Amino acid sequence: MTATRRFTDTFVVVLAMLAVWQVLHLIAGSTALPAPLPTLTYLLHNVTTDRFATNAAATIEAFFFALLLAYAVGLAIGVWMGAHRLSGAVGEPILVALYSLPKIVLYPVLLLIFGLGISGKVAFGALHGILPVALLTTGAIRAIPPVYLRAARTLQLTPWQTIRTVLLPAALPEVFTGLRIGFTVTLLGVLLGEMFASKAGLGSMIMTDMSLAQSEDMVTVAILLFAFAAVANGILLWIEHRLHRRV
Amino acid sequence: MTRVGLIRLAVIVGAIGALELACRIGLIKHQIIIPPSEMASALWTLLASGSVNADIERTLGIIVLVIALSIVLGFAAGIAIHALPRVRAALDPFFATYYAVPVFIFYPVLIAIFGLSVMPIVLIGVATAIVAMIIATLNGLDRVPRVLTKVARVHRLSRIKTAVTLQLPAAAPYLFTGVKLSVSYGFIAVIAAEFILSPAGLGRDIADAYADFNNRRMYALILFLLIVATLVNAALHALDMRFAARRSGGRP
Repeated sequence: MTATRRFTDTFVVVLAMLAVWQVLHLIAGSTALPAPLPTLTYLLHNVTTDRFATNAAATIEAFFFALLLAYAVGLAIGVWMGAHRLSGAVGEPILVALYSLPKIVLYPVLLLIFGLGISGKVAFGALHGILPVALLTTGAIRAIPPVYLRAARTLQLTPWQTIRTVLLPAALPEVFTGLRIGFTVTLLGVLLGEMFASKAGLGSMIMTDMSLAQSEDMVTVAILLFAFAAVANGILLWIEHRLHRRV
Repeated sequence: MTRVGLIRLAVIVGAIGALELACRIGLIKHQIIIPPSEMASALWTLLASGSVNADIERTLGIIVLVIALSIVLGFAAGIAIHALPRVRAALDPFFATYYAVPVFIFYPVLIAIFGLSVMPIVLIGVATAIVAMIIATLNGLDRVPRVLTKVARVHRLSRIKTAVTLQLPAAAPYLFTGVKLSVSYGFIAVIAAEFILSPAGLGRDIADAYADFNNRRMYALILFLLIVATLVNAALHALDMRFAARRSGGRP
């Protein structure tokens, strides 16, 4: 009963959003904002075009490498700062301060270093993802009971064995939270990168659509990105809850 | 200063010094990054000339407006949603996913609707910042101890008096978290919007300087925004510490 009611209520919220969209469309006119129904039918057409496929592939490629870099560097920094107390005490406030800066102002610097191609986007995406991954990993490792580490020392494990068999399994649920947030912000970073001075990717496609007044294209791409991010986050959250329950 | 603080200072100064040295001896080309000392002197000249004053006023004005709107409307919306449990249950899944989806991707859509003006920037800023305040308000009201409302009933306090003297102070730490996030998100969204496409403002200035290969101006403006953001964050952190100290000390 309650589950169905909640489902209906959420459905009502979705309907309300569509109604707001319809009203905005009536105010703004079709060229600025197409109506919901034609847009949703257009969506099915848009995803089959070559233009969408090319740009989606470019975004996926950049996002993949950015995420790889963010996870690798973020985990390395996090493990180091979590395991080495002094480094953590010195480094954590610096990372927290960097985390809340508007990173977009550093994008031109990255473009000057890496150029306008995929490397600049990858670096910018990774820059967003590294910090939450590093900070949450640091916190996760620091929260490990000291007795685990004493046991590792008694067993004379090498540092690498300690990380692999003791630190990571114990810290995994919280580290995974970092990976989930890293996923979200890296995607945002890559898209932001594509929206500025880029010729490929869904972010640049949206900007081109805007200048050409192709509102239907623009809105469908935005909705697809929303859906992708929401579904991915849902799956990662599900895994995260399972990991938390296991411990 | 503590030992850790001293080491941290040394790390930061060392990093800036290393960048300065690498730029000076030509390890990093002047066309890519200019030495930090030159960034500072360029910023000084730029501020003294007064040529960016209009853009500074515009951008900071928009940021203040966005933050004020987000905090006031977010707080009001939070109270309203908290009073309606069924609405809240329906909205919860949206709140949980909100910061996981790239809301910023709607900025071009807003430009298409409202034209290239202040309006899309303010809207995308509020859209980014307001939900943090709503969530924080809901959290705060959830955490008000049941006993406080009972005390209020025993003392026959009016609804408003209960809210002001009991509920608000009890929820204050959570509300402050919302304020902190709103400030940070509002700042980031406005600068990003200006940078990507806008008629004027500091973000636009940086993008223009980048396009003109005017590195002195670009790095001066970047340094300016980084300093402002750091000062704002440091001030919020100091306030946070003070609240925490007041909560833990004083009362039994």
